[in-house]
Amino acid sequence: MIKLEFLSLSKNESFARAAAAAFIAPLDPTIEELADVRTAVSEAVTNAVIHGYRNGLGNVMMELTLKGRLFTVRVEDKGCGIEDIELAMKPFYTTGNRSERSGMGFAVMAAFMDKLKVESKLGSGTTVIMEKLIAKPLESEQNE
Amino acid sequence: MQITFKKRGSTLTALLEGELDQHCASELRSAIDTAVRSEGNIEILLLDLGRVSFMDSSGIGVILGRYKLMRKLGGELAIANAQPQVEKLLKLSGVYALLDAKRREKASE
Ligand SMILES: Nc1ncnc2c1ncn2[C@@H]1O[C@H](COP(=O)(O)OP(=O)(O)OP(=O)(O)O)[C@@H](O)[C@H]1O
Ligand SMILES: [Mg+2]
Repeated sequence: MIKLEFLSLSKNESFARAAAAAFIAPLDPTIEELADVRTAVSEAVTNAVIHGYRNGLGNVMMELTLKGRLFTVRVEDKGCGIEDIELAMKPFYTTGNRSERSGMGFAVMAAFMDKLKVESKLGSGTTVIMEKLIAKPLESEQNE
Repeated sequence: MQITFKKRGSTLTALLEGELDQHCASELRSAIDTAVRSEGNIEILLLDLGRVSFMDSSGIGVILGRYKLMRKLGGELAIANAQPQVEKLLKLSGVYALLDAKRREKASE
């Protein structure tokens, strides 16, 4: 397991997704699996930065775990929290500026990962937990 | 993220290069809007995504915003050369459906 903690700065988003990609690299994921994980992590971290801490400063915690080929990533902020999680997860729903945000972040996380769970409490923060099973590469199946 | 603009007739092409996320979104947004407005008479804004190696929903927001701007100005937005990761995101988020609907609308006029 790897734990990372970094400041809620938008420039740290690229670091977070690169770290997640490097973490699963030993499983020899496909290009698509790598892209899915990078994108989902980017969504969760971006949300922590712009919504959780409302572009102010705070710490974002990221935890990466592997159980066999099951990858789990946990992204946590101690920011403002979400009032209605179900509503927030609806595609196109956004509390951001309508002309700048599409409200698709959670929909992307749900589509690109196998499992998505959101825990949040108003005033104390939000945790996003995502899972993805990284398929076995074909060559290694043949080698067995 | 780097942007290069090319104008040919009434088409303005913005060639984007790099990773498109929240970090560069607002800079990108204002660079494109400034170019569109200062060139004048742009009918088509073409976003060439061939060199975009990564994009998330912040990029979708930038694209939808430019779509709205072009509609307001009476023009159109087009997208070209998206890599598979970007393509998957554009499909999922309904951007292609939106651009296609607009095209069909035009054809039936
Ligand atoms: N970490 C968070 N803390 C507080 N609120 C959040 C958090 N993550 C998401 N939200 C809320 O859930 C809404 C939906 O999030 P989602 O990522 O789907 O869309 P968005 O961030 O608004 O737009 P996009 O991701 O397309 O740029 C946000 O507008 C915000 O209100
Ligand atoms: Mg988001």
